[in-house]
Amino acid sequence: MSDSEKKKPNRRDFIVTATTAAGAVGVGAVVWPLVDQMNPDASVKALASTEVDISAVEPGQSITVLWRGKPVFIKRRTQDEIDSARAVDLSELKHPEKDEDRAKNPEWLVMLGVCTHLGCVPLNDKGDYGAWFCPCHGSHYDTSGRIRKGPAPTNMEIPKYEFVNSNTIKIG
Amino acid sequence: MSDHEYTPKSKVGKWFNDRLPLLTLANHLTDYPTPKNLNYWWTFGGILTFCLITQIITGIVLGMHYVAHADLAFQSVEHIMRDVNYGWLIRYVHANGASMFFLAVYIHIFRSLYYGSYKSPREVIWIIGMLIYFLMMATAFMGYVLPWGQMSFWGATVITNLFSAIPLVGESITNWLWGGYSVDNPTLTRFFSLHYLFPFLILGLVVLHIWALHVPGNNNPIGIDIKKPSKDTVPFHPYIVIKDAFALLIFLLIFAFFVFFSPNILGHADNYIEANPLVTPAHIVPEWYLLPFYAILRSVPDKLLGVIAMFAAIFVLVILPWLDTSKVRSTVFRPIYKQFYWFLVADVLILGYVGAMPAEGLYLLTARVATAYYFAHFLIILPFLGLKEKTTPLPLSITEPVLGGSADMAMARNNSDFKEKL
Repeated sequence: MSDSEKKKPNRRDFIVTATTAAGAVGVGAVVWPLVDQMNPDASVKALASTEVDISAVEPGQSITVLWRGKPVFIKRRTQDEIDSARAVDLSELKHPEKDEDRAKNPEWLVMLGVCTHLGCVPLNDKGDYGAWFCPCHGSHYDTSGRIRKGPAPTNMEIPKYEFVNSNTIKIG
Repeated sequence: MSDHEYTPKSKVGKWFNDRLPLLTLANHLTDYPTPKNLNYWWTFGGILTFCLITQIITGIVLGMHYVAHADLAFQSVEHIMRDVNYGWLIRYVHANGASMFFLAVYIHIFRSLYYGSYKSPREVIWIIGMLIYFLMMATAFMGYVLPWGQMSFWGATVITNLFSAIPLVGESITNWLWGGYSVDNPTLTRFFSLHYLFPFLILGLVVLHIWALHVPGNNNPIGIDIKKPSKDTVPFHPYIVIKDAFALLIFLLIFAFFVFFSPNILGHADNYIEANPLVTPAHIVPEWYLLPFYAILRSVPDKLLGVIAMFAAIFVLVILPWLDTSKVRSTVFRPIYKQFYWFLVADVLILGYVGAMPAEGLYLLTARVATAYYFAHFLIILPFLGLKEKTTPLPLSITEPVLGGSADMAMARNNSDFKEKL
């Protein structure tokens, strides 16, 4: 083969490219099911929302419910707790978020009870801010569930939820 | 094995290869001299390796979702079919993959029988192959038990009860196998454990099988010894690699047809009913690939002798290299054996058919005749035929019949098997 011929793609080049492309698609089509089977399956997705009856929760009380395998804190806050959460200057916060944005209905704080550091469950009514304290690595959260001291990078997460009626919260 | 020394070109390659000669191995596998007249029946080794890897990968995935417990196993299989992402696909590939594996292994075994690949110096390859085949049957049987359907349960009951035929200790052995007084949860969990283990034993034996193959090199359709490397051989890569790949592609088309268009045709509807220790299905049969042995088992009207006959049917294959006394390997040059070969193929197919039918009347009679013929083939026909048969002359090399023009070669060329590859 001369040099000029080498540069021009011939039929064999076309066949090799087409075969390789078809092979790559085929391999992808085989590999994807093997990967995707590890993703949450239909039975897990079916449990994506949970309804909680909150009629028995007194002010100052907190209940913990399981949602998607994780604890969700539902806290009925006292007026003092609401006031202390709302009085904080945003500049003091590591992860600035207004309490008004975290608790639409100020009496009820609904929050994923998972420390944002490495996933432990914080203890209620503990720590420097009289709210939550994570025993694993010492993160302190305030009455709005915001990180105030310790290694956790962000505030505890607020899941998607709604009040179905005044006594029922639907999480997810 | 190729005798020449191999030295990697790169410095890093040489450094590594001096410490672990993987590159020498890769080079050996690439250059491995292969008879140039191998036909498509020789592609099933590669296809079988593919089948084993497929079963292991899909099996590991199914093991992530399956629950080995008598109360949960059936539900967990339905969970795989309905909930797990692509679970239906992975399970159907695994279930039909077992059938495709056996289809390929039967072709592979009958290839060996036709071309005398079990004869000296390849006896060890053959015996390892038979061990693999035996482990495959055990693995497939235990795998079939795992969904815990009616066929699973009663298949397990029947097969484990084979061991109760052993005099004196039969009952103790079955209780030991079951971990109880019947097939139950302990049986299921141990079957799951062993079903996970055996494929890796098979994988190890496959490595030995290939290693043992690479010592004398491949047999070939005319079954003569050839010099390696020579003009009778081609390097494994790219010649055999591309041929194996093409054959695999055709095989995959058939495989995919079963998986996507009739995934349950090779199974039994009864296995979609959860195991019930109080009711046996009206008609209990094993998977198709075990049917010939099942027919042999049922054709003997005595419990112990039936079990012995069934295991003897496999054992007779193990000692085949010493039962076949003919020095000529390929059936191409054995005109009388060729007819008996096809009788045996028909006999095994008949055994498979009657194995699926009720054991009564004409079916039972046919099974008995076919069983007797099966053993006669190996124990009477093969030893005597090898001594008496007048074989046709062998060519001196693979190249000779192509280039030469003598009467013997013309005869060899007229042979239909020969025409294909010319």
